Amino acid sequence: MDAIILQILNGLDKGSAYALIALGLTLIFGTLGVVNFAHGALFMIGAFCAVTLSRILNLSFEIVDESRTDFLGNPLKFKTTYIETWLGPEMGGTIIEWAVPLAILFSIPIMIAIGFIMERGLIKHFYKRPHADQILVTFGLAIVLQEIIKYFYGANPIPTPAPSALTGSLDFGELLGFQANAVIYPYWRLVYFVFAALIIGGVFAFLQFTTFGMVVRAGMADRETVGLLGINIDRRFTIMFGIAAAVAGLAGVMYAPINSPNYHMGMDFLVLSFVVVVVGGMGSLPGAVLAGFLLGILESFASMNEVKSIFPGIDQIVIYLVAIIILLTRPRGLMGRKGVMED
Amino acid sequence: MFGLDKKDTSLLIIVAALTMLAPFLLNPFPAESAMAQFNAGYPDLMQRFVIFGIFAIGFNILFGLTGYLSFGHAAFLGVGSYSAVWMFKLLSMNVVPAILLSVVVAGVFALLIGFVSLRRSGIYFSILTLAFAQMSFNLAYSVLTPITNGETGLQLTLNDPRVLGVSSTADGSIPVTNLFGAEMRATYELALGPWNFQFNTGYYLSAILMLLSFYLAIRIFRSPFGMMLRAVKSNQTRMNYTGLNSRPYALAAFVISGMYAGLAGGLMASMDPLAGAERMQWTASGEVVLMTILGGAGTLIGPVLGAGFIKYFENIFSKINESILHKWFAFMPDGLEDTLIALVYPFIGKGWHLTLGILFMLVVIFLPGGLVEGGQRIGRLFRRKKSDEKSDKSSQSTPAE
Repeated sequence: MDAIILQILNGLDKGSAYALIALGLTLIFGTLGVVNFAHGALFMIGAFCAVTLSRILNLSFEIVDESRTDFLGNPLKFKTTYIETWLGPEMGGTIIEWAVPLAILFSIPIMIAIGFIMERGLIKHFYKRPHADQILVTFGLAIVLQEIIKYFYGANPIPTPAPSALTGSLDFGELLGFQANAVIYPYWRLVYFVFAALIIGGVFAFLQFTTFGMVVRAGMADRETVGLLGINIDRRFTIMFGIAAAVAGLAGVMYAPINSPNYHMGMDFLVLSFVVVVVGGMGSLPGAVLAGFLLGILESFASMNEVKSIFPGIDQIVIYLVAIIILLTRPRGLMGRKGVMED
Repeated sequence: MFGLDKKDTSLLIIVAALTMLAPFLLNPFPAESAMAQFNAGYPDLMQRFVIFGIFAIGFNILFGLTGYLSFGHAAFLGVGSYSAVWMFKLLSMNVVPAILLSVVVAGVFALLIGFVSLRRSGIYFSILTLAFAQMSFNLAYSVLTPITNGETGLQLTLNDPRVLGVSSTADGSIPVTNLFGAEMRATYELALGPWNFQFNTGYYLSAILMLLSFYLAIRIFRSPFGMMLRAVKSNQTRMNYTGLNSRPYALAAFVISGMYAGLAGGLMASMDPLAGAERMQWTASGEVVLMTILGGAGTLIGPVLGAGFIKYFENIFSKINESILHKWFAFMPDGLEDTLIALVYPFIGKGWHLTLGILFMLVVIFLPGGLVEGGQRIGRLFRRKKSDEKSDKSSQSTPAE
């Protein structure tokens, strides 16, 4: 029992990342009808927003302390960050430590701006072209974004720790009445899951309960009619693209402490997120979220030793296997609407 | 000639002449000169030109004709490499059985994957092939280690049986790959004045095989079968209503292009007898997509051009470093020199992929026909100027494919 709970918990954080990326992908596909291969790159840029903010906060200058000397008799030099001098060591230190959560605020405008530029500058011209062209041009864009990040940040993963208050682990088993240390779960992963749930809930609420969301949903169902009613649906879809980019970026920001950001993390997640979208059903938002969590949990179950001893290597391929079976037996995915990209 | 019309024959002859004379053509600069780094006439790189040429020609038969965008073609290349190396390990170091087996195995593998993937079309097909390729890659890395030797990659050892050959040579080293005794790595060097030309057995074997596959591709493009494949691309529904089942045609194209990939993989292993799982990764599949699109999908010569272009610049660009740039721009005033180098530097050396990505995007956006279309446009521009007085009819040229 405790092993099963542990695997479900383990699957949740990866599942959250899949769900968030797949949600953004589906938003873009559902509104604009564009298959965005550069979405993984947006996730990666989000993670690097966290890196950038923590670097900005750590900008420092040298202070020469005349009162103390090192063993050669020279005055002692030590580095202090600007933020600590301005706000005092206590306040400044806290801010530096909480760089990753703060990066959420930092990344939202950046990601929305990137989304706008991408949509207006590039994707706009590809609405009428075949899906293959859209895949190709966004694939090229993904390479470009990835290489730009590589140029500025290097090829090595950059460790970006979570605030120390959240680095410990929660003994989940004890809470549920099992023996201690059976089910241990890091706090940060819990934070990630809650955060993902909040974002997903936020996006759904936004679409469901605001006038703007209503117009967007109407546009997803029948773009032409909404346009005939005198609503500028293109502008709303551009904003949705920005929101989708921000969702991917936020998923990346919060993922930075779990996995040190490197320039190709976007590509690694992209392939899996596409599989998630297909399993969930192209164009279905609840399907994307459901499939994200399901596949994340399935993956962690498959990596249990008991399962691996029966089906060796199943942990490496289970997601793809599920996708193939789903695509062949139920073409429109778990919750796909009828008639949307069914061929 | 060979059942081709005049235009195709001349195209084939031009390509044949270019590949046969490549050791000369790719070595235009004397060995000692400063421009020698732009020479591409060394065996390793020339082999890569033609091998990736084969790979791209095969991919083009699928994507260029039927419009099915496969994102998992590298899996067939990888399978081909593995089977060739196994042939070297078990049978003999002769490349013929190795290449034959790699083509056959890749074909069977493509038949299996194609049979499943081709049930869907469009983006679903791309994702299915991607999923299969990633599955093969992950399996080759983990569970199939007894066959693939996992992360290290499959290599020859002194203990391999090699039934028809020897386990080790007289001096106790691993025997080299050969074609009935002609060693693949044997290189004849011809020094003509300051020039140094290299003729490599492996290159010529690959080049001849590439010419054969190129010829076969022309025949496929011009055949009724090729017309069917084009029909699959242009309107599948109409094809179905005409009473034709499109799937067998698409499957045949898929298997053929898989066999081309297997041939490329087998050749790769014949030139350098090792095989690693990274050849199957989806970035490798992306590379052949880049080559085909960059050169011009759906045209005959495009994929070969694209493969040569990418492989050449990959090698040359990544060799240029900061000090070479300083040498080039040395004649400029210092401030200007530094700014120029700072501007250029991100795009060369390790930044080659950035240049490639930008180039690829530009091609997809502005030149969907790739380099071939670019060449045609330039050609038309000049022809129009020349034949201004002549009637409009003569200036209209049929697109050369």
